Amino acid sequence: MAEFRMPSLGADMEDGILVEWKVKTGDHVKRGDIIAEVETQKGIIEVEVFEDGVVDQILVQPGEKVPVGTALAIIRAEGEEERPETAEAKKTTPSTEEKKAAPEKPKPQPAIKREKRIRISPLARRFAAELAIDLSKVDGTGPDGAINRADVERAAARAKKPEKHVPEQPPEKKERAAGFHEGIRKAIAAAMARSNREIPHYYLETRIDMSRALKGLETENRKRSVKERILPAVLLIKAVALALGDVPALNGYWIDGVHRPQEAIHIGFAISLRQGGLVTPAIHHADLKSLDELMEALRDLIIRTRAGRLRSSEMTDSTITITNLGDIGVETVYGVIYPPQVALTGFGRITEQPWVENGMIGIRPVLTATLAGDHRATDGHTGARFLDAINKHLQDWEKL
Amino acid sequence: MNTRDREITYREAVREAIREAMQKDDRVFLMGEDVGRYGGCFAVSKDMLNEFGQERIRDTPLSESAFVGAGIGAALGGMLPVVEIMTVNFSLLALDQIVNNAAKYLHMSGGLFNVPVVIRMATGGGKQLAAQHSHSLEGWYAHIPGIKVLTPATIEDARGMLWTALMDPDPVLIFENNTLYNMKGHLPANPVPVDIDHAIVRRPGTDITVITYGVGLFKALDAAEKLSEDDIETEVIDLRTLRPLDDETFLASVAKTHRVLIVDEGWRSGGISAEISARIMERSFYDLDAPAERLCGVEVPMPYAGHLEQAALPQTEDIISIVKRMVKSNG
Repeated sequence: MAEFRMPSLGADMEDGILVEWKVKTGDHVKRGDIIAEVETQKGIIEVEVFEDGVVDQILVQPGEKVPVGTALAIIRAEGEEERPETAEAKKTTPSTEEKKAAPEKPKPQPAIKREKRIRISPLARRFAAELAIDLSKVDGTGPDGAINRADVERAAARAKKPEKHVPEQPPEKKERAAGFHEGIRKAIAAAMARSNREIPHYYLETRIDMSRALKGLETENRKRSVKERILPAVLLIKAVALALGDVPALNGYWIDGVHRPQEAIHIGFAISLRQGGLVTPAIHHADLKSLDELMEALRDLIIRTRAGRLRSSEMTDSTITITNLGDIGVETVYGVIYPPQVALTGFGRITEQPWVENGMIGIRPVLTATLAGDHRATDGHTGARFLDAINKHLQDWEKL
Repeated sequence: MNTRDREITYREAVREAIREAMQKDDRVFLMGEDVGRYGGCFAVSKDMLNEFGQERIRDTPLSESAFVGAGIGAALGGMLPVVEIMTVNFSLLALDQIVNNAAKYLHMSGGLFNVPVVIRMATGGGKQLAAQHSHSLEGWYAHIPGIKVLTPATIEDARGMLWTALMDPDPVLIFENNTLYNMKGHLPANPVPVDIDHAIVRRPGTDITVITYGVGLFKALDAAEKLSEDDIETEVIDLRTLRPLDDETFLASVAKTHRVLIVDEGWRSGGISAEISARIMERSFYDLDAPAERLCGVEVPMPYAGHLEQAALPQTEDIISIVKRMVKSNG
């Protein structure tokens, strides 16, 4: 038996509201399955299970707010005995022979189960039909849980295919955004205050000549359709991932006074929200992904972040954070580390600047890369090697 | 003719409209209780007796059935009468004349006789005139085929609708809300007749549509102004004419905002709001993201006590709270 607990989806989370179960008692689950949705200050997060097994008992009902660590459900390993009380109850069901014959198979649902009538507005039903949304998977937020247009649009945004996303982003209801925004703000405030209180930051900065990388990217993108084009940000993510391979000390955590570098490289990419605030969901195993896969992952993350649909692992797994403020015109970013991580790397805007090389002056597209490092875990020397590695990988962009 | 922009009251706008009609066309005359020497119960026809004389400004006995009938007869005989009934509450005494005669002659005569009478009356509560003087029964008249029902809310409509109504070959009823007579407003230079068959979007919005008419328009506009501080953009529609209803204007708005609240001061059951709501359901069902709702007068005889009377009428605050609830359920 294992307990499936309310996860901590960030250093600052104290409790969460169980929004929905995706499974019921008796369902078989595999590690990585999304089995519940939890509402936190950062929106609704899909929570994955970490064991294979069968859902034995559901302990917390949708709508309940419980502290982090509270057992939400009991997962029974395959083949393990049922809990006495459930076994007791099952005894009344047909024959014991049948049970012996196939002990693992859950009984098929009785056919009498009536289809539940879905409460939905006419407009939402029309939208759902147009967008081919399965209504049984949409949560209603209207009166008495009725599904309305905004609910369908959210569901459409979270539906996998990013390039087929909703034709028109739902106009964010400002009223709702206010409460949500407050939550996000509080979460950021808690994490950043802690960071500034506990982490002795050191900062390094370097300028990188981007002409080779950008030229290569341009040539590559010219061969592609608009949809398949790769953004410069993806190059930066990949370069950081590879540089972390060279300098692993910056990839990981500082927990309870111990520096714990991590092997897997999961890059948290800061995504600002329309209503204000930001989240930093993880791009898993960024070092092992191709540029195309990274582009795809980034696009998917941005869509799901803005729709408020992130998975629990994405919220907690990041081993480093990238902040890219270049698109807003900032040249240099001095970041605040997101605890318990030990480093944050920042990128500014790529601007044309005079550049001296081999005694010659020329104009080059130049990027300022910075590193905020946790001085408890690493020293400036390590940080300098890391920035240098990023530069090397960007010069050697064909290998990215 | 006034050639400058002016601030005038609703009362003055109605008076100017009648005067202009009488100056333009000899067939036009005004009759009703106290319209002459007393200058009209709401002072609309003040001083007009001196200007036009007893032949054209006619005081009548206290018999609504008789003088409305006389007006219908005059219209059949080629005149263009403007008949004033003190308030809609007393028009019930003339209901037979209006429904059985004015509204049906064209049909009963095989299309031979039009009845171009205009019947004006005050409507609405809010002045502590108690249950027999304060109701809004215009929705009832909107039930009757053969007549037109106008509810001018603005100075411009009060000024411009009368002539169009007189030129209409069929009976037209004009309902003037008694709380509007003292309202001041802007009237453009050289006022012209206005159409009487279109509703108007008085304030554009995106989140919800409020459909109303008469004094409800100003409550809805006030509510919309306050709601916009909470980032709720309310579209306000002034129906202007209750019969025939201009479906296209409000259906187009519902198709845009997907939510609708109908506000009128009449009683709720079987009222004009119910009719509008039904039309929306029939023709715009798939545009709705929430049920259409109504805010109507409370179904009681109008109380005399001021605070109870106000409680029985739809108020700006009621509109605000209902709209907030309806829009909030948008997740």
